[in-house]
Amino acid sequence: MASPRADTTIRIILTGSDLHRVVDRIAHQILEKTSGATGTVLLGIPTRGVPLAQRLAARIHAFEGIDVPVGSLDITLYRDDLRLHATRALGKTELPGGGIDGRRVILVDDVLFSGRTVRAALDALNDVGRPSSVQLAVLVDRGHRQLPIRADYVGKNIPTALSESVRVSLTETDGLDEVKLTGGSL
Amino acid sequence: MIKHLRSAADLDAATATLILDTAAEMAALAGREVKKLPTLRGRTVVNLFYEDSTRTRISFEAAAKRLSADVINFSAKGSSVSKGESLKDTALTLQAMGADAVVIRHSASGAPHRLASWVDGSVINAGDGTHEHPTQALLDAYTMRSRLGRLDGLRVAIVGDVLHSRVARSNVLLLSTLGASVTLVGPPTLIPVDIAAALEPAEPTRGGKPKETSAKVSYDLDSVLPDMDVVMMLRVQTERMQDSFFPSAREYSRRYGLDLARMRKLPEHAIVMHPGPMNRGMEITPEVADSSRSTIVEQVANGVSARMAVLYLLLGGKA
Repeated sequence: MASPRADTTIRIILTGSDLHRVVDRIAHQILEKTSGATGTVLLGIPTRGVPLAQRLAARIHAFEGIDVPVGSLDITLYRDDLRLHATRALGKTELPGGGIDGRRVILVDDVLFSGRTVRAALDALNDVGRPSSVQLAVLVDRGHRQLPIRADYVGKNIPTALSESVRVSLTETDGLDEVKLTGGSL
Repeated sequence: MIKHLRSAADLDAATATLILDTAAEMAALAGREVKKLPTLRGRTVVNLFYEDSTRTRISFEAAAKRLSADVINFSAKGSSVSKGESLKDTALTLQAMGADAVVIRHSASGAPHRLASWVDGSVINAGDGTHEHPTQALLDAYTMRSRLGRLDGLRVAIVGDVLHSRVARSNVLLLSTLGASVTLVGPPTLIPVDIAAALEPAEPTRGGKPKETSAKVSYDLDSVLPDMDVVMMLRVQTERMQDSFFPSAREYSRRYGLDLARMRKLPEHAIVMHPGPMNRGMEITPEVADSSRSTIVEQVANGVSARMAVLYLLLGGKA
């Protein structure tokens, strides 16, 4: 372990191979909890939720040969903190061909923190269709929820201090697979 | 992000591209059943129209409403302007009512620049005299990009009444920022004599250097057409013409009107644009206006997306 009093501590939470195993496990859990992922749609929340959703679909296909539709749902225009920051560029919203009406939608994101992104995603979902149910899969749950929201599938629970930040890197967006915890003074 | 959109020269290439990319996402949202977004809830957008307009005003209104902003429409007719109220006093009234953005159309060039010094909110130029119409240039650029896939290196002819056209001026500025090359075509009387000086931006762009505009000029439409990717026909603005600029409407349309025979001289992929309103039979024949190459109706639909993008980027973030 690194020295607990270093100025800027950087801890590797998940290495590349850890991350692959975690994605595999979530894929298995989705298959188990949804009895074979029938009538299920994976919607990634940009930026890093989208490649994660694609990976989950690819793993589900590898395990059971089932093609789960994948899409993306940008939530920028539904955020409640737009006025607190400079304007954000929009991400892509692409629903799979069959739409989401009457399906089980699994929202996929990299980090679950305050829960505000998920709230915004639920609002956005409301405007694009009526899924039969909505579940949430996240790679990392770092706690500090500000809303009554929980994830159905969690890759790793990481207890964090508010001053720390969790950095998820994925090959598709950042060139390597890794989850890091930075900052804080603990 | 910039605060006001007064001139197409306010936009550098990165900002203009961000607006076009955002407009593309907004256009994708327009296809769904619930078109409304909560993004600008609680914000107020005032449409301040001193000049008549159909599509620009409706387009801004639709864009603001789709983003859930409150819209107040003001037209000079039926307001205290007819009692002699000045632009400044009207602006202070809007300021007192807490307008987050003012969309202004005015017959005086430069009115949005003056307005920006009187109000706290964002000012968006929706056409000022013969000066500029930046959101029209944005929707035109968006239309070109979505039809032809790119803007860089595109050859665009802007044809007709360039002298009185705020659309032409904004398009030249924006298109040259984005790497397209523009050729202005029209009778010598309707092309400003010193075109280089006329297209100099009113203010230097950020960074202090005046922006270079590289528009070419031609008086012969037929020789220009075979090399063009885009032909943009301008309306002959008789309401702004105090002199006679050409002998007759018939002669104008014979030399500078776009008919089927001229359209066939264009390359296979080229598109025909018009900012509207059209004088059918004058600068464009009905067969051309309604052909599959014409993007005139598309431009109107794209106008809403482009204006949603502008409103979001000006008003969506921290003030």
